[in-house]
Formats: sequence, structure tokens, C-alpha cells
Amino acid sequence: MFRILFFLMAGIGAGYLLRRTRLVKFTGQATRIAVVALLFVFGASIGANGELIGSLSRFGAQAAIFALLGVAGSLFAVGMARHLFFNGKGGAR
Amino acid sequence: MNAIKESLPVFAAFATGLVLGAGNMVPSWLLSHDLPMVLLSLLVFMAGMGLGAGDDLRTMAHGFNPKLLLPLCTVIGSLLFSAAGVLLFSGRSLADCLAVGSGFGYYSLSSVLIADLKSVTAGPEAATELATVALLANIVREMVAIMFLPLFSKVGGGMAAISVAGINSMDVCLPMIVRCAGDRQVIPQALFHGIALEVSVPMLIGAFC
Repeated sequence: MFRILFFLMAGIGAGYLLRRTRLVKFTGQATRIAVVALLFVFGASIGANGELIGSLSRFGAQAAIFALLGVAGSLFAVGMARHLFFNGKGGAR
Repeated sequence: MNAIKESLPVFAAFATGLVLGAGNMVPSWLLSHDLPMVLLSLLVFMAGMGLGAGDDLRTMAHGFNPKLLLPLCTVIGSLLFSAAGVLLFSGRSLADCLAVGSGFGYYSLSSVLIADLKSVTAGPEAATELATVALLANIVREMVAIMFLPLFSKVGGGMAAISVAGINSMDVCLPMIVRCAGDRQVIPQALFHGIALEVSVPMLIGAFC
């Protein structure tokens, strides 16, 4: 968490100082590339983990259902909250 | 349609990595633990740059916002639905199901914590098994969030996208949440959501194990 906050603060500082330069415009593109790179590395580390791939057949379905339950629960709670507190408006759009 | 185009490169990168990794075709430096950390730090840094370069910081300072209660929604919703696992899987206790649901996509920490805490009460074998389920479930949650973020954002707005992303709303999913919402204004909320959940993961898993 402190790592996240540190890099966030450093980024805010850098962005503020560089706000008049063209460098800031490239962050969108660079961010996209970093996400793709991250997911590639993520996939590679899962693929290279033989034990984990092996356990997929035993626990894969169960894990997928738990994941979907979590996602559905989040959507449900946000829907309820929007209905109750934010008058059904679009939230943080 | 646009939603699919958005996540396609991400999915392709993940699938390619998976295949190459399984085929032992990636160099070992790519599998080091530091690399994802460096990339994540880079992402957060760039999100900060976007925030620092805009005027959002000033508007951010405007007092309490009820939207800050969003992490609570994510926790309540995820746990409520995860509890249904007790009806679906015989042999899983309610506490087990809630522990798996308490990861909110934070697969590394949640699986380690479960393996650690559960082995004291249920023995190492049962602990490893539940930790594996938690690891896979939270990886899948992250993947579902990344793949379908544009869709969730379109249907349920920025708050739905942040909530589904769980812990990843502050790093991996952050760029896409911002792009889908079309407004940097969501950054503070997404960061706060991720940090609040990160703090809650050890506490919840500790309570359920």
C-alpha cells in the first residue's frame, strides 16, 4: 500500500511539474502498453506454474464460480447503493 | 462492440503469455517477482501524472463524498454472494466461502494468508486446498474485471466498474476504468476503493480463518 501511495504522490508531483509539456500527452499510450505488458507477464507466470495449471482441473470450476459470485455481488451492491443513495444516477461517470 | 475492441489486446497478451509460459518458452527474468511490481508501480505513477497534470486535485478537495462508501458496497456484495458457495459446494463451510470471497481479486495476498492462517485450525492439507481455490478464484475475478470492464462501465457506470475490479481498481484496472468513464475524476475514488479493500483483506481473512 505504501508503495502505491509513494508512486502515486511521485506521479502527481511529476504530472504537476510537467503539465505544460507534451510529455503528459503520452501517458495514455504508455499506460496502455504497460497494461498489455503486465498481463503478458501475468499470463506467463501462471502458465509456467505447473502446479497451478494442474490444480485447474480439480478446482478450476469452483474457483470460477466463486469469482463470478464476487463479481455479481459487487454489481448487486452497487446497483442497490445507486438506487438507495444516488437516485439511480450514473455514479462516477 | 467498442467494449470488446478495448479489451482484446489485453486478453491476447494474457493468452499469449499463458501459452508461452506453459510451454517453457519465456526467459526466467520475465518470471521474476519484481517485474510485475515494477510495471504496477509504473502504472500508478502514470495515473498520478494524469491527476497532477489536470485540475482534478482541486475539485477533489471538496469535502466528504458519499461515493467513498463504495468499498463497503464491494465488501458486502462480494461476501453476500460468496456465501452462496455453501449451497453449491458440499464440504465448504460458510467461513471457507467467505474467506475465498474476501480476496476481492487480491490473489497473491489472500491465498498466502489463507494457507497460513487456516493451517493452524484445519491442518496444512485443507489449508493448501482452500488457498488454491482462493488463488484461482481471485485470478479469475481479476481477469473477468479486465475483460469486461468496458461492459460493466457502460451498463452500471464508473462505480460498477470500480467495484467489480475490487482491489485492482487502484492499479491493474485503473487505466481502463478511467478510459471507460471518460473522466479522470474517477481516479481518487478508484484509488481509495483499492486501498480500503487492501486494508480489509487481511482483517476479513483473519476473521474467517
